[in-house]
Parts: sequence; structure tokens; C-alpha cells
Amino acid sequence: MSKIVTRMGDGFTVERTEAELMKDIEDGTREASGRAKVPPLSSDEMKHLFEICKTSHKIIGVEKGREIVLSYDGGTNKVGRLGINTGRLQVLQMYERCFGADTTELSQVDYSYKAVKPVIHEDTPIMEQAQLLMVCPVFYGAMPNLGLYTQPDGPVPNPAELLPKGKIKEAREAYEQAIEHAVRDMVYVASAFYEAGADGINFDTVGASGDPDFKATLLATEILKKKYPNICIEMGMAGEFVLGMHGELTHDGVRLAGLYPHDQVKIAQKAGVTLFGPAITTATNKSIPWTVARAATYTKACVEVAKIPVHGNMGMGVGGLPVCETPPVDAVSVASKAMVELTRLDGL
Amino acid sequence: MGDGDPAGVAIVHAMASGMGGMRTSGDLVARMQMTRGMKIVEAKKYVANKLGVSLAELTDDAVMWELRRDLKLGVVYSKRGLQKGIEAKHHIAKILDIDINSVNLFKGRSS
Repeated sequence: MSKIVTRMGDGFTVERTEAELMKDIEDGTREASGRAKVPPLSSDEMKHLFEICKTSHKIIGVEKGREIVLSYDGGTNKVGRLGINTGRLQVLQMYERCFGADTTELSQVDYSYKAVKPVIHEDTPIMEQAQLLMVCPVFYGAMPNLGLYTQPDGPVPNPAELLPKGKIKEAREAYEQAIEHAVRDMVYVASAFYEAGADGINFDTVGASGDPDFKATLLATEILKKKYPNICIEMGMAGEFVLGMHGELTHDGVRLAGLYPHDQVKIAQKAGVTLFGPAITTATNKSIPWTVARAATYTKACVEVAKIPVHGNMGMGVGGLPVCETPPVDAVSVASKAMVELTRLDGL
Repeated sequence: MGDGDPAGVAIVHAMASGMGGMRTSGDLVARMQMTRGMKIVEAKKYVANKLGVSLAELTDDAVMWELRRDLKLGVVYSKRGLQKGIEAKHHIAKILDIDINSVNLFKGRSS
């Protein structure tokens, strides 16, 4: 029996028999189902994923009519990283006119709300110019990045230094102070860009510093929605599981630590988030069929309970994509088709 | 979407599952998600109805090129006499019956 060539989570090829491929899919969905206490993929869904993963084509895509909307994070940083010396306005136009983008995002090279604040007087005119130039919606995006508020980079004591000393109370207090600083910066920066004409604000990689990071973003969202009722806020998560770095933080009576995407989206939409982006990380020592099955299981449960559009995070290392500097086209297109067709996502 | 080089991630998703941006109607459907919180099926139906096309035509590059040109919604080519940037967005706001933040700002400042 001929073998199927697929890829591992690190991007390199691996061969599987049909039985091995199906076992990877079954194991991947079972892993997610067990952790998040959500239903696994059905037998028909697993067969559909099997057929997608079996392809020997260089690129495949969704059935016509099932196309979805694309949104981006760190959009204007991606071309500069390739060593192409362009201004951000040109990058926005490249996304709009060369890359088939449905939306675009203006961002700053140090992709954090704290870092943007001191240079906001230089950046808001670029948003104003972008709005004169662009037809596609232009978001402004950055990360809450609570780590920047801890010493030596920021004003509050560093929980990573306090925790090993057993100073749990002090570490929690430090996180609570960092939340106050982050909310202030996020609201300040988002307000400035919205007033400069932004079509939306993207809070990206939310939860990278655990539950305090998620809490800060929920609070900032609530303030912004009260201030600007029509503002569009996208919240993209950092991972499938909110780490309990503080451990006792709650929002509307819900403990944030330990939430999986199907619960994250409920609290996000209640806070006023317009578009939600679940992020499911990739395991480099597992196959892409395993990884996609796992990501689809978490994401399907999230989409099913969401009352708002869900844009799955499907960049390098999340949403079934390999952890690899140059993600292989065959693996990316397999994940793209599978995630859209299995989970009924509204966008990526 | 997430990280990665554009040729490996952004362009591949656009080809594999994206709506096509302003080559078709992707930006218009996106605006319905962003302004009205519509899920993808509802947003597509709304835009198709407003444009007077079928759902299949929403992602038909040939049909949408002519329609966008005729409705003054902006096209990917920079052609003489065709609407660009904020001018195209004025028409998008009108035809989709939505508020576009930058268009409102522009109107407020130019009145």
C-alpha cells in the first residue's frame, strides 16, 4: 500500500499509512475533547479531514461558496521582516492590491500598546493618510503585553522574581497593578487611532501573560465600547488555554484561568468584542493531521457557541500550521481548507 | 490571521479560503462583520442583496470587477477616472447602508 506524505508540526515531511493517518486524526480530536470537555469531531468530520490530508496536490482550497473573510495581525510588520524597505502605507496597499486581503492592519514595529504610546503623535497621521488611501478596512493592532509593565522594563515589581521566593500575595498585587497600567495604555492608544479613522482595533496575542493579560483586555474593551458604541474590536488570543499566572482573577464572576476557547468567546462577546480569534498552538512532535484535528475540535466548539464572528488564528505555529519560518504551502492550504470546512469559521 | 512570511501564510490563505478582497467583495463582507457583527453567511447574503448579485457571484472576479467599477466601489487597478480610497468608501457606505468611521470623519471635516 502506498504511503501518504504529510508533515510534522515542525514543517518537515513524514510518511503515514492510511491507518496511521486516521489514527493521528482520532488521537488529535480525542486530545482536545478530553482537555476542553467538548465533543470530538464526528465520524463524518474525521473522514472529511482524512480526505483533505490525503491530498498529494501542492495547494488545495475550500469548496466554492465557502470562502471566508481574512483579517491580519502585525500586518505592516511582515514585509519589513523580509528586508524589503517600504513604508507602512505601501505595505497596506500591497496587502490590499497584491495579496487579496479583505482587511488590513496598521501596526508599529514594537507591537505593544505600551510601546506605541510615546510615538502616537507620529503614528496617528499615518492612520489618517491610510484612510484616505485605502478601500479595504484598516485596523490598528498591537498586543497588551503585560510583561512590559514589570521591572526592569516597567514600573511594577516582577512576579517572575516574586513567585520563586514564595511571595504569592505580592506577585498577585504586581499583576493587578500591571493590569491598571495596561488598560490605561490600551484605551489611550485605541481611542487615538479610532479618532484618526481606524475601522477597528485589534487586541492581539491576548493572554500571552496569562489571566492578567486577558483581564486587562476585557476591561479595555468595556471602556472603549462605552466610549465609542460603534467601535469594532477584534480580540485574538495567544493560546487555547488561559494560563493562571495570577490564578484568582475573575470577570463577571467567571474565573479566567483555565478557560478554553468556547468559554473565552462567551466572556469576550459579553465585554463587547466584535470579532474573536481563538488560537490553538501546534505541537512540533505531532503530525499536521493530528494538529489540525486538535485545532478543529477546539475551534468548532468555539464557533458553535459564538454569537459574534470568529476569525481563527492560523499563522505560523497556530491553527494547524507548522512551526517553521517558511510554512510549506501544502500544509497551510490543507489546514486552511480543513479548519474552514470543519468548524464553519467566519474568517481567519 | 497570525505570523509567517506573506507567501507562506497570507497569500496561501487568500488563495485557499479567502474571499478575494477588493478583487471581489471580501472587503464589503468584512465591513458587515465589523459594523453589524454579522456571521459569514448572513454577511454574504446582505452584501449580495445590496449589490443585486447571487452568492456565487460575490467571489467571481470577473463579475465583481465590472460591478465594482459600475457602482464606484473601488477596483484593484489604479485606472484614470475610477474611484480611489476615501472616494470609493463614500459609495460603499451608501450602498451597504453602514457607517464608515473615516468617511464620517472626512464629511465632518470637509463640511
